[in-house]
Amino acid sequence: MTLLAARNVKHYFGGLCAVADFNLDLQSGELMGVIGPNGAGKTTVFNLITGVYRASEGSIRFKGAELVGKTPHQITALRVGRTFQNIRLFRDLSVLDNVRIAHYAQADYSPLEALLQIGRYRREERRIIENSRRLLAIFHLEAYAGETAKNLPYGLQRRLEIARALAIGPELLLLDEPAAGMNPNEIDLLMEFILWIRQEFKLTILLIEHQMKLVMGICERIKVLDFGETIADGTPEQIQNHPKVLEAYLGEGPVG
Amino acid sequence: MNSALVESREWLLAQRWVLPVLILIGFGLAFAIPEYGWLNKYVQLVMMYVGINIILAVSLNLVNGYMGEFSLAHAGFMAVGAYTSALLTMKVLPVVAYPALFPLAILAGGLMAALFGLIVAVPSFKTRGDYLALITLAFLMIVKSLIENIDYIGGPRGIPGIRKLTTLPWVFFWVVVTVWVVRNFVYSKYGRGVLSIREDEIASDLMSVNTRRVKFLAFTVSSFFAGIAGGLFAHLLQFISPRVFDIIKSTDILIMVYLGGIASIGGSILGATVYTALLELLRPSTVAGMLSWLPDVVFEPLNQHFIQHLGVWRMVIMPLALVLVMIFWPRGIMGLREFRWFIPKRDLEAHRRVLDDEKKT
Repeated sequence: MTLLAARNVKHYFGGLCAVADFNLDLQSGELMGVIGPNGAGKTTVFNLITGVYRASEGSIRFKGAELVGKTPHQITALRVGRTFQNIRLFRDLSVLDNVRIAHYAQADYSPLEALLQIGRYRREERRIIENSRRLLAIFHLEAYAGETAKNLPYGLQRRLEIARALAIGPELLLLDEPAAGMNPNEIDLLMEFILWIRQEFKLTILLIEHQMKLVMGICERIKVLDFGETIADGTPEQIQNHPKVLEAYLGEGPVG
Repeated sequence: MNSALVESREWLLAQRWVLPVLILIGFGLAFAIPEYGWLNKYVQLVMMYVGINIILAVSLNLVNGYMGEFSLAHAGFMAVGAYTSALLTMKVLPVVAYPALFPLAILAGGLMAALFGLIVAVPSFKTRGDYLALITLAFLMIVKSLIENIDYIGGPRGIPGIRKLTTLPWVFFWVVVTVWVVRNFVYSKYGRGVLSIREDEIASDLMSVNTRRVKFLAFTVSSFFAGIAGGLFAHLLQFISPRVFDIIKSTDILIMVYLGGIASIGGSILGATVYTALLELLRPSTVAGMLSWLPDVVFEPLNQHFIQHLGVWRMVIMPLALVLVMIFWPRGIMGLREFRWFIPKRDLEAHRRVLDDEKKT
């Protein structure tokens, strides 16, 4: 089943074409990578899918529902989770609250019930705490529940960001450079980890990454962007030997 | 501090029954003090001002502290509440039924202010920071000049002769309601949404927080209680005019919030109390009374040149104090921290349980 389908998506910043004619068919359960040089438009694609930007043209459908024109929180509530290239945690809030906040759409009570502490409020709050703590436990962050997020070491902040994204209960998870700033050992662990959460949370994953080791190692399909254009799409083997990809990364013409 | 003292303090903070008991005692005192004249009228008056200022500071903290915006409109909401309730008690409600209908008039003032809060919330969807601050300032000016130009409500002359219906128990009641409601708001998904907007609005939206709805709610609750405070204020001062609700009034509330600490209910209570008490202490008569033990040689020139001009000096001393606080205490007395009694038990345990478990193993 096609989970996410993008058709002829274009996006301009002023006169600058950031994404030109982007097409995508992401099958349920698939793990797909998006690569490309800096400025190729990868993060813009994520921002278009999640509603941070509104596509200038084209259509993006998630489980048949049109995403273009929806606000980020509406799209997220459809169970699309994401992380950020530069970690964007709620830095001054506790680790637990970071995860709890992502339960907003699932928490089923009205403002009045919250202000008067009646009705569904208590039950829902208890459920959110339980689920948050379960997630923190899975990510070995339980001991830091009361810690301020900005005090966590870098690696744990990355982990917390993924835990927070999973708290919205996503079917589709968008990971923006999850391996940024990691050494080869950590990347090995991260690869196993991504495969594991995919299975555990039944996720479809779309990830942006510069670390070829990770992309070639775990992605089933890879899409290559350059200057907003899709220049290649295929399995890791196909991509590795694709002439256009080599050109984009290494420059034009045969060497020597 | 020795360890026994620390332990007993910890023990006391962990007791959940303390706060309800304190509230009950407070209610008892609020009735008893005026009834038996335990404190003189002036101190009672100051206590009521403290209470009104607590309501103002706690409600403003929702927008300026928890949400991290900078609203200057609070005095405007206060004016809306003050005028609405004063007009109701003077012109609409039957004279005989005054005292019984007073709470309804106050409530109506709060609701009307909340309605105006909705109007200010709308620009906050698109605008942040300095620009939103300017919009709230504009709102304050609009409210002020609106009142000045409507003759029916006294225009620039204001409304004199409002009945003195605000009493210590009523002030205390509304303080408790304000703290309770704001606290419930803060420890709900909406309150966490407000906090996350301060941290990173886009990330907040991408974590499914309906930021518009949350802003609407924060502004509505905040301005509602500003309106309540305005109503109580009008029926205490017995005279309101547009000049009472100018930018200075907004600034006063801001100082209480930032002195007490952002994103902290306990902080706002402290800030409002300390600031109001300090302002009163700096009155010429109070200071002269406190220093009258000095020998005349010292007292007379001091009195003549300084103490009698304290009204002016106050405007130098208080801002200077604020500057110093901001330098040495940038987050205020209790910035981003909270009295443990205000935090729901559920929240405390959720943040702590694991560490306790680890200690056991």
